[in-house]
Amino acid sequence: MVTYIIRRLLWAILLLFVVSFITFVMFILLPSADPAVLRAGRQPTPELIAAIRENLGLDKPWYVQYLIYMRDLVLHFDFGYSYQNNVAVKETIFDRLPATVSLAVGGAVVWLLIGIPIGIISAIKRGTILDRAAMGFALLAISAPVYWVGLVSIYLFSKDLGKLAPIFQGSGQYTPFTEDPIAWASALILPWLVLATAFAAIYARFLRANLLDVMGEDYIRTARAKGLGERRVVFKHGLRSAITPIVTIFGLDLGILIGGAILTETVFNIPGIGRLAFDAIQKSDLPIVQGTVLIAAFAVIMANLIVDILYAFLDPRVRY
Amino acid sequence: MSDTATTPETGARQPGRGEPLMEVRDLVKHFPLTSGIIFQRKVGAVQAVDGVSFDVMRGETLGLVGESGCGKSTTARLLLRLMDATSGSIRFEGQEISDLSGERLKTLRQDMQMIFQDPYSSLNPRKTVGTIIGEPFAIQGMHTGEGERKKTVQELMDTVGLNPEHYNRYPHEFSGGQRQRIGVARALALKPKLIIADEPVSALDVSIQAQVLNLLRQLQRDLGITLVFIAHDLSVVRHMCDRVAVMYLGRIVEMASSEELYAHPRMPYTGALMSAVPVADPRLAAEKKRQVLAGDVPSPTNPPKACRFHTRCWKAQEICRTEDPPLEVKEGGNVAACHFPLTDAEVAERVPTFRARKG
Amino acid sequence: MALLEIDNLSVHFETDDGIVKAVDGISYTVDRGQTLGIVGESGSGKSVSSLTVMGLSRSRNARISGSIKFDGKELLTSSDDELRKIRGNDIAMIFQDPLSSLHPFYKVGAQIVEAVRTHRNVSKQQAYDRAIEMLGLVGIPEPRKRAESYPHEFSGGMRQRAMIAMALANDPKLLIADEPTTALDVTVQAQILELIERLQSEFDTAVVVITHDLGVVAEMADEIAVMYAGRIVEHAKTDTIFAGPEHPYTWGLLSSIPKLDSPRDEELVPIAGRPPSLINLPGGCSFHPRCPYVKPAHMKTDPTLEPVAGSDGHKVACLLAHETRQKLWRELREGTAPVEARADVMQDAPPPEAIEALEETEGRPAPTTVEEQPS
Repeated sequence: MVTYIIRRLLWAILLLFVVSFITFVMFILLPSADPAVLRAGRQPTPELIAAIRENLGLDKPWYVQYLIYMRDLVLHFDFGYSYQNNVAVKETIFDRLPATVSLAVGGAVVWLLIGIPIGIISAIKRGTILDRAAMGFALLAISAPVYWVGLVSIYLFSKDLGKLAPIFQGSGQYTPFTEDPIAWASALILPWLVLATAFAAIYARFLRANLLDVMGEDYIRTARAKGLGERRVVFKHGLRSAITPIVTIFGLDLGILIGGAILTETVFNIPGIGRLAFDAIQKSDLPIVQGTVLIAAFAVIMANLIVDILYAFLDPRVRY
Repeated sequence: MSDTATTPETGARQPGRGEPLMEVRDLVKHFPLTSGIIFQRKVGAVQAVDGVSFDVMRGETLGLVGESGCGKSTTARLLLRLMDATSGSIRFEGQEISDLSGERLKTLRQDMQMIFQDPYSSLNPRKTVGTIIGEPFAIQGMHTGEGERKKTVQELMDTVGLNPEHYNRYPHEFSGGQRQRIGVARALALKPKLIIADEPVSALDVSIQAQVLNLLRQLQRDLGITLVFIAHDLSVVRHMCDRVAVMYLGRIVEMASSEELYAHPRMPYTGALMSAVPVADPRLAAEKKRQVLAGDVPSPTNPPKACRFHTRCWKAQEICRTEDPPLEVKEGGNVAACHFPLTDAEVAERVPTFRARKG
Repeated sequence: MALLEIDNLSVHFETDDGIVKAVDGISYTVDRGQTLGIVGESGSGKSVSSLTVMGLSRSRNARISGSIKFDGKELLTSSDDELRKIRGNDIAMIFQDPLSSLHPFYKVGAQIVEAVRTHRNVSKQQAYDRAIEMLGLVGIPEPRKRAESYPHEFSGGMRQRAMIAMALANDPKLLIADEPTTALDVTVQAQILELIERLQSEFDTAVVVITHDLGVVAEMADEIAVMYAGRIVEHAKTDTIFAGPEHPYTWGLLSSIPKLDSPRDEELVPIAGRPPSLINLPGGCSFHPRCPYVKPAHMKTDPTLEPVAGSDGHKVACLLAHETRQKLWRELREGTAPVEARADVMQDAPPPEAIEALEETEGRPAPTTVEEQPS
């Protein structure tokens, strides 16, 4: 187990190198606005641009730039400075991370709370009106694009624009938890619900299908043959098996979202990693892009690793 | 069919009759177990097949029996080159085939075919029966004309007792027994010299099983195909095979003609296997002293030293733990690897269907 | 009073394709300490009938009728809760595949503890001690250590032993074993059969063993019921079934398995065709499309299970005359019967003329007539 984890971590480091290199190369190769020109302002003189280029290190060959970047990163854990405002990338990211984590984790709690009970009830009551209704709504929720759900929910429910029931905080209201927990939560309720809609639907359908499969297993028949009550058969024997694969996709989904829920953050104007990346790409701000990509990759890799380790505890048949 | 077509069932048939189609020598297949952080090092091996030698005579049916995990299916896959052996030699019609690759392997595959255990999962559900049976032609580039291929496939279907009009049906429209016939037809397509059947009837119902067994026997007599028949059911093996090799933990422990093996097993393991078969005759069942082997088959990762059966053998003595018994001719003509082979009296007690050797 | 009395039990399932008559009016009894073997192929209803005894085939689309009396109590009209108290307590069951029948995520000991605590008001420790006692009793070495193992860490034979330990933990009066050894190697099968026999005599448990293997019932059962297409077609003492079977299907089963003591070049006589669809059963005797001795009347009249004259406790559902059946079996056993059981399963049903022609050859086995059933 320990050797397995070490091996996985070594692979993770290698993977992060590859990711950073690809990001860098893509940035160099693909046509984008010259960061120095963007930085120079409205009436740039060639001298000013040249000075900025030298200042940012853009005058050096790209591979030298990359080596310098990697040297700083590995030796000093230094992600460089934004081309736009010279702020340290590390600081910017750590600044933005709490908002993204708040959104992702809160959303995850909401979708688990909604999705899992619906999945269980649908499976137990398979074929009933309840099941059909739940699965119909789930299909609808999966099909609706998240930015559309976001905009519609702002239009219907936000305090400033809501036409139907203006009960939730709308866009641009994010307050850090450390400043005011109540404001933090109330500003995030609507984004959480929006983010959770599609996920809850996917989880409900997935759990329903899993549980139905499991309830057809021989060991469920054994559990019934022992004389166990149906509740215990479903929860202790059925759900125990059906929930295990859910853990896997949950870990991956959460990892991806911590790397930035770009659409939801944009719609609700939440200052998270996703928005940061989005803006940085528009401004050809390579250090910021590079930093956000690495954070996202790191989150996904770690989520993967944690899921795999967790799996060994959940399923005794899995051994590393 | 005439009686002359059937091979004479005399007890005199010895291993070595006729010419060998396939000669297997010291065949070994070890699946490595590895460990390590970056560089995997080998820490052990599952000794699936561990030094197996036998001949398959032209036109005979050779049975491979043994419990699950004894290496019989791995051996089959090695013979067909579906898997590469760790070491050892396989000669087919005198030619070494264990190192063939590419085109030459493809050519070889025309001569060797396999019938699988599960007629449900071994047929592609999205292809018609005609396509499935005709697939070997497509791969080998034979009978390329549309009409010609269809005609050939329908002849094959007729041979195995399928209605040729069902050429365009899908596998799910057939019952288990019929699907196994499709598998047989596919195996026959290239007119192979050797067919390896891996548990071809164990997934079928009793009444259907007999249909498929009869078909295989009839085809073999009519077409003179050599058959390697792998099964765990000893009565089916006896019914089908001219010679039988009994495997235990990756080795052959006894080999003899069917008559000899079933009349007087010499290796205690063979005796225990036969004793364990439930007899569909209550009077015989009541008479026999069931020889129940204690415990399970040991792990092939760390098989017992010397005679591999000594941990479960009721006749084992010190020498069995220290010295590997050679595979040699014992009384009655069986070839067995045992220091203390069973006597006729011991056999009579344990195997209810024991019949004294003729003559 | 018999321990288990089943009378005219039917289990029909409503499906989109029609009504599946999985079990269609079967009756049998099992006494204390007795072993009944139920033999049949897949789709004969042998498993469904036993699951119904356990109350495990109750579902929205199941129509169950008849009577199941256990220890004098009617089970079909019992509530789910009453049944639950009997399941795993008075009636226990073991299944074909011991790996898939044990929960992969729980330790073997814990699974037995659960079985004990469901029916007995004992502490966890007492239940655990019982689990270890049972594991020892079924021959698992080092039961204290093995109770802490997961099912996948057991071998196939050990898993089936653990299943038996779990089933017998509450001293049931009846054990239903559904293909208990089919998934096991022959040497392990012998171990398990011996174990079941030993425990049965020790605890005086009644056993119903369901199997397709005539060898297994020959060694274990006192009585045998042969099932075909949801009905019992023959029921007799074990010796009688093998010495003087009366139903052509039983003959077919007996002659389609190779025997270790018959001449090696003997041809097997398969039963032509395949088991019928339970949705669309053939009219008359359901075996008639596969029966080599069919007569036109058999396609219209439905045979009932009737006692065989002069054979105690022997019942058969066959429209042939008793004398004809005895003559046919004698011929079959001597190998002289002119049976031409054709393996050609794709053969269409014979035209009516052919059936009429059969009438003239009364008493003589005729070529098989086969009709394909929709699957």
